[in-house]
Amino acid sequence: MTATQEPTTGQEIGRDRRRKEDQRLITGRTRWTDNITLPGMLHLAMVRSPFPHARITGINIEAARQATNVVAVYTGADLGEAQGACINAWPVTTDQVTPPHVPMPTDRVAFAGETVAVVVARSAAEARDAAELVEVDYEELPAALDLKEAAAAHETGGALAHPDLGTNVTAVWKFDSAEAGTGGDVEQAISEARANGIVIEREYRQQRLIPAFMEPRSVVVDPTGEQITIWSATQIPHILRFALAATTGVPESKIRVIAPDVGGGFGGKLQQTPEEMIAFAVARRLGKPVKFTETRSESLLTAHHGRDQWQRLTLAATKEGKVTGLKVDLLADLGAYVAIVGGGVPVLGAFMFNAIYKFPAYQFQTTNVLTNKTWTDAYRGAGRPEATYAIERLMDELAAELGKDPLEVREMNWIKHEEFPFTTVAGLEYDSGNYEAATARAREMFGYDELRAEQAERRARGDKVQLGIGVSTFTEMCGLAPSRVLGQLNYGAGGWEHAEVRMLPTGKVEVVTGASAHGQGHETAFSQIVADRLGVPFDDVEILHGDTQISHKGLDTYGSRSLVVGGEALVRAADKVIEKAKPIAAHLLEASADDLEFNGGRFTVRGTDQGMAITEIATAVFAAHNLPDGVEASLDSEATYDPVNFNYPHGTHLCAAEVDTETGQVKLRKYVCCDDIGVVINPLIVAGQVHGGLVQGIAQALWEEAVYDENGTLVTGSFVDYLLPTAADTISFEIDHTTSPSTTNSLGTKGVGEAGTIASTPAVVNAIVDALRPLGVNDVAMPCTPERVWRAINEGSAGGETTGAAAPHFDPSTGMSGTVDRAEGDVQ
Amino acid sequence: MIPAAFEYVAPTSVEEALAALAEHGDDAKVIAGGQSLLPVLRMRLNAPEWVIDLGRIDSLRGVRDGGDHLVIGAMTTHHDVGQDPLVHEHALLVSKAITHLADAQVRHRGTFGGALAHADPAGDLGAPARALGATFVVQGPGGTREVPADDFFVDLFETAISDDEILTEVRVPKHTGWGASYEKFVRIAHQWPIVAVAAAVRLDGDTIAEARVGLTNMGSTPLRAAAVEQALVGQPATEEGVAAAAALAAEGTNPPSDLNGDADYRRHLATVLTRRAVLSAAGRS
Repeated sequence: MTATQEPTTGQEIGRDRRRKEDQRLITGRTRWTDNITLPGMLHLAMVRSPFPHARITGINIEAARQATNVVAVYTGADLGEAQGACINAWPVTTDQVTPPHVPMPTDRVAFAGETVAVVVARSAAEARDAAELVEVDYEELPAALDLKEAAAAHETGGALAHPDLGTNVTAVWKFDSAEAGTGGDVEQAISEARANGIVIEREYRQQRLIPAFMEPRSVVVDPTGEQITIWSATQIPHILRFALAATTGVPESKIRVIAPDVGGGFGGKLQQTPEEMIAFAVARRLGKPVKFTETRSESLLTAHHGRDQWQRLTLAATKEGKVTGLKVDLLADLGAYVAIVGGGVPVLGAFMFNAIYKFPAYQFQTTNVLTNKTWTDAYRGAGRPEATYAIERLMDELAAELGKDPLEVREMNWIKHEEFPFTTVAGLEYDSGNYEAATARAREMFGYDELRAEQAERRARGDKVQLGIGVSTFTEMCGLAPSRVLGQLNYGAGGWEHAEVRMLPTGKVEVVTGASAHGQGHETAFSQIVADRLGVPFDDVEILHGDTQISHKGLDTYGSRSLVVGGEALVRAADKVIEKAKPIAAHLLEASADDLEFNGGRFTVRGTDQGMAITEIATAVFAAHNLPDGVEASLDSEATYDPVNFNYPHGTHLCAAEVDTETGQVKLRKYVCCDDIGVVINPLIVAGQVHGGLVQGIAQALWEEAVYDENGTLVTGSFVDYLLPTAADTISFEIDHTTSPSTTNSLGTKGVGEAGTIASTPAVVNAIVDALRPLGVNDVAMPCTPERVWRAINEGSAGGETTGAAAPHFDPSTGMSGTVDRAEGDVQ
Repeated sequence: MIPAAFEYVAPTSVEEALAALAEHGDDAKVIAGGQSLLPVLRMRLNAPEWVIDLGRIDSLRGVRDGGDHLVIGAMTTHHDVGQDPLVHEHALLVSKAITHLADAQVRHRGTFGGALAHADPAGDLGAPARALGATFVVQGPGGTREVPADDFFVDLFETAISDDEILTEVRVPKHTGWGASYEKFVRIAHQWPIVAVAAAVRLDGDTIAEARVGLTNMGSTPLRAAAVEQALVGQPATEEGVAAAAALAAEGTNPPSDLNGDADYRRHLATVLTRRAVLSAAGRS
């Protein structure tokens, strides 16, 4: 080996590359949708309903139409069928009841914040001013607000979110291991455990959350030109294009969707929104470019929310702690409409309640319910955080019942590393994993035994600050998804991903991916993969995405799929480039293709010092002066990859929390996790995903909740009341990895984008409950506010639903002179 | 978030500001640092026709020694007050409270006088001002007048400042050598306090010689816990010595119930936080 030897492949993968996209993203000197300004562009403002459920009896737009620089004011009736419809892509059952979702309804609003008119003006300020002049007459209707009451309304005569449907239940989806042939009969397991074992029955609340991405949603539509161009702050440019074409009648070939730089999503921009549809219709009507950018208040109120479930759980186990069955009965609040994935979110959780364990019998049922609240849909983890929370809380409850260490009880039930691949009671085949190794590493990092000793000492001393230790051993299915599986689940699309690799004449490489980044770092990680595969410098690789003219095929970014599905497509496209280059290299080197090796970006003739770089071949192909007969003058290649299975990252998360028993305040003391996400492409990006994910999951445990009052008004309508944590509220996390390469893609990678969020919520709540268990506490409802914790200690309850008004810091009724008279409940 | 249109005037003297206020009266709002008013305007909860900006009146900025008291100009930013060595030496409680006030951006834009004049009962400066017995100097068409802290806060967002007056300075009596602590209870760092307690203590050996205690967000105005102060005098600065007095903290209060806690929980918090604040001020925690 000599010092001048060409670098071998593999040097980019695994390297801590700083993200190449960050400078422009962080400084904002880039193409955020709201930065886009077109000649003659008009601005939109939405007039929104203050009522959760009301009949629209009249809309007077005259005053608004007369206002300065107002170009037009439209109602739903004005735009008619041109506004298309918001689609549900996943009817989870064949008899799902799905209310029609017109972007701007004409006769009835179904949630507070729904758009009833749109003002078009020459500036955003003028549009906003004029929107205040639109007078809407409403006749209030009874609103379905409480999830449990709404679920029973067809029997009790309670309020219906959509009276014509006769019920609020849109679908009941069930899985039973005995029926599916994947396991035993859960009822039998439970009755046996009642007679001679342990039965744990609990009901947990998954509070409603708001994704609260950093960049509010924004859309620009330019109808001038051969294609109508839409820039949107979306996760799903390809799916949006399909939905626009499918519901407006505009041919797909006449629509170009661009997701330029997008500032976060967390699932919250996995939607075909009413605002996009309205902007599209208005631009077409006027023949002029239009822009709509929502305010933060509008974003919190109308962008889809997440979670919102009641979980009724029954766990059966032997007296020794071996679980014999799990029964899950969910109520899921879909809000006012069945969103694009909507009812599928709880179904995605259905396969994950059995988690890392070998349960012999399992049953899952979700009842999906409509209410007059903001619609819900995917939010980081989508179904899997809910499932992981439930089972990891239950495993701690089982350990407490047995008087055993929670890690010991888990180990008694989990899949051993030598048992992979393992087919679970939910019918999935887990590809790889090593729960023993990840747990051992996490224990070591945590100082588990020392913290347990400190806990015992504090308990003995009766310390006012008690220490709790929370465990969460999670797994998740990620990499949406094998198209066949999606087909079996009645999902409206496939789960493949597309990639193209273009060799430019100067030796640079353009890579096109159908995945659509919104902050994940695709440009960096994908460059690393291609740089290694083709043996070209990292900086010579450009990743193109998010524009249907450039990336004509794709299924976008969600469900931790970009790397494990999109990355594999990249590998395959790059390999095709090498295959196409090989006969040309042989021709130019005057050697037999069979004698060529490709390594470090060069074809070399075996046993000689002759060789040629793939970039030189790219130049030769561009010139095309000397190509073999019958070989086309292009190395460019594409690949569409459809995975055969999901992959299953896992990890052991340990949280130590100090609970001030005098005030109920919870302070994180230590948080460690050891995640197994297979082969890591870029450890820095992975660390960012894990840290951010942890904060988001911890935030569900401690801080975040979307609260509605009894009038159906969102009380947490600003960041004053919707508590997003900042760095000041968190501690330094200690993270590490074990590596069980995935067997479902050639890179051996597993998803990581959702892992931290899925795992951390139960770790934190388990820690709080563990701290308080000697005081008789076995549950604290989320978010575990100091008041709830205090009441759990003093009143023995887990704490009910959050009620009460927002703090009045910005309330108009506070005696400030000159206060504008607002319509009751006015949301603007 | 776009406010409704308004006219803007930025006078360079208090007299000009008063003239503008006299002219536009009910149609005007005075803006200091804007940290409370701007969100209100942007959310269109208020739409004044005129906004009178005090930001260019240099005479309203700065901290100076007034003999037995400090004079804090109403337009001095929180940051500047918090960093001021005179404040640290003679009114430590104010410095302590400011370290907990909102976040760094707000502390660099928001002003001492602006926050007090806004009179949010959850604001962090009202309780220290009451505890230390500050005097508020307001100027109007008829000249200046002095309002003691006990009379300054009238109700939720309401002070003794008349519509034609502005707050020019706050005089804080020197509490040189007193220990101080501001115990702020929040769920996340940049939140308004659910409850906070401001305590200043003068020790004589191990005994509490004098104490001042103010309560944040325990009623429609910042409160002074006079009963606690009296009960602390002569007590040893120990957990046991302080606990009985601190238990009086919620007496006579009428705290709000909202998303962050019901009134009974706030009353409980007030007693715990008072005990901790006093002990901390006494250097015992």
